[in-house]
Amino acid sequence: MVSFLRFLINGISLGSVYAIIALGYTMVYGIAKMLNFAHGDVIMVGAYVSFCAIAYLHLPPLLSVPLAMIVCTVLGIVIEGLAYRPLRQAPKLAVLITAIGVSYFLQNAALLIWSSNPKVFPSIFGDSSMQLFGGALSVTSETIVTVCANIIIMAALTIFTGRTKMGKAMRAVSEDKGAAELMGINVNHTISLTFAIGSALAAVAGVLLCSTYHTLMPTTGSMPGIKAFTAAVFGGIGSIPGAMIGGLLLGIIEILGKAYISTELGDALVFAVLIIVLLFKPAGLLGKAVHEKV
Amino acid sequence: MKLKKNTLHNLVTYAIVILSFAVCQGLISSGNMTRALRGQMIPICVYIVMAISLNLVVGVSGELSLGHAGFMSIGAFSGAIASAWLLGALQMENPLLRLVLAMLIGGVMAGIAGFLIGIPVLRLRGDYLAIVTLAFGEIIRNILNCLYFSLDGARLHVSFNNPNIPGKILVNGPAGATGIVKIASFPVGFALILFALVVVLNLIDSRTGRAIMATRDNRIAAESMGISVTRYKMIAFVIAAVLAGMAGALYGLNFSTVAASKFKFDTSILVLVFVVLGGIGNIRGSILAAALLTILPELLRAFSDYRMLVYAIVLILVMLATNSTRLTGLLSRIIPGRKEGSENA
Repeated sequence: MVSFLRFLINGISLGSVYAIIALGYTMVYGIAKMLNFAHGDVIMVGAYVSFCAIAYLHLPPLLSVPLAMIVCTVLGIVIEGLAYRPLRQAPKLAVLITAIGVSYFLQNAALLIWSSNPKVFPSIFGDSSMQLFGGALSVTSETIVTVCANIIIMAALTIFTGRTKMGKAMRAVSEDKGAAELMGINVNHTISLTFAIGSALAAVAGVLLCSTYHTLMPTTGSMPGIKAFTAAVFGGIGSIPGAMIGGLLLGIIEILGKAYISTELGDALVFAVLIIVLLFKPAGLLGKAVHEKV
Repeated sequence: MKLKKNTLHNLVTYAIVILSFAVCQGLISSGNMTRALRGQMIPICVYIVMAISLNLVVGVSGELSLGHAGFMSIGAFSGAIASAWLLGALQMENPLLRLVLAMLIGGVMAGIAGFLIGIPVLRLRGDYLAIVTLAFGEIIRNILNCLYFSLDGARLHVSFNNPNIPGKILVNGPAGATGIVKIASFPVGFALILFALVVVLNLIDSRTGRAIMATRDNRIAAESMGISVTRYKMIAFVIAAVLAGMAGALYGLNFSTVAASKFKFDTSILVLVFVVLGGIGNIRGSILAAALLTILPELLRAFSDYRMLVYAIVLILVMLATNSTRLTGLLSRIIPGRKEGSENA
């Protein structure tokens, strides 16, 4: 029972990281209608920036997080402006391939700068942990911070998109770019802002991920990126609560599957659940089915 | 005799392929090709066939598939097993016959997988379909990582997640298919390209092909004309899977070991890059893009460490140059008569 709880908590922790990445994915998809394959690599860049700040600049670990966020925000805006903006009117697949190109670029640039040797990422939030059931179950501070960060980000984003003027503009652009432009919304600025928020979230996710698993390589971001994308689709792409639920469920299924069924088949299980969900709910758990007009 | 425009276009495609084969074969036999490039010849054939087959799904039937490497891996593994079994159990010594049979078996196995996967996948649309093909590609890779095959005399043993099986190990879980006798050859690769071309080009020009393209262009209109969308999409999907399986078998029999990790998501993406850069729905473009981009990292060897970085930059720049509205607008102003970029692909 205690071991089940431990796996469950690990699952929630991993799921929260997926959820934070998936939030970025879902926002960018909602507004730009593109699969940003480079998102996973922004996570990796964020983690490296934080690592360098701690290891070389000797900054306090907590200060490295905002630094990583700033760098990734700038990176996100630059990527959007240079690679995606010229392709606004281009076919979807062309944008997809460009995103893949950006992903290759970031990975290989990281390979040149930091080499392929894995870096040992330090624990950011200290070694303290919370003891439950008389020490039978310990919850690390990383887990607590990750879960809290997830809840705070999710709440902040919901308020931002629902209440603020910028958030409303964002929703308007994602619904109908042309109409939004006619209403005086600066579409380019809004899309840039979305990329900025998504990339800042990716930086947070990168630091949390590496702080839990302690290894950092140029390819660190790609698998979590794909899984978070799966999570976003799972919950219904474009939906903020959907991304959170999708991420959490995916993390829990992955950890429990690896613990109780087979270590090798953990990933296969995640994808199998996704397929089953999509068969019954073709637009994801919380996605709205859009009917085609004839 | 007046040829149709399509027929002429297809004949030129065949001519390009045959001529480049003749040139390469000439360079190889006269010893003018570098060793590194010679080693790339079979992979180039494999990737060309992969690109042609993925173009059938992405370009002709209009569905984005992100798991094409999965079919390739099924072909590679079943081809490697089939070749070892034919040699061990049936004493079939002739490598050419073994290679062809292994490719056929690889194709059939991938086709069966394609059919089974197609049933759920083709019910979905757009990005959801894409993510499910990605999921299936990852599932196939994970399952192959747990499979063990061995040959004990003439009997084939299979086990799941259990390496203790009698006889000579053929497939060793995460280490992949081992001890493969390398029987792949460049002329067979060329023959496979021709086969894929004949199949796909004739399909496009047939009644079935027109039905497939109709479902791509307008699903609702096609349905209302009595075309069964699922059936025709399935035809395209299964044929593509069979071709990918055959290419996979050729690929597998070109190395002494092949692990499932070779067929990651990246491989699917690589093939998709060929298709998109070559022009979606344009078979000749796929062939050229696959050949050029497989050689490109080799040509960029001068940049040594920077070559993958340069590759990425080339990829982005090509996409920007061919798709940016500002650039194409500028070009159409400079070169009169040049068509504006097509609305959608």
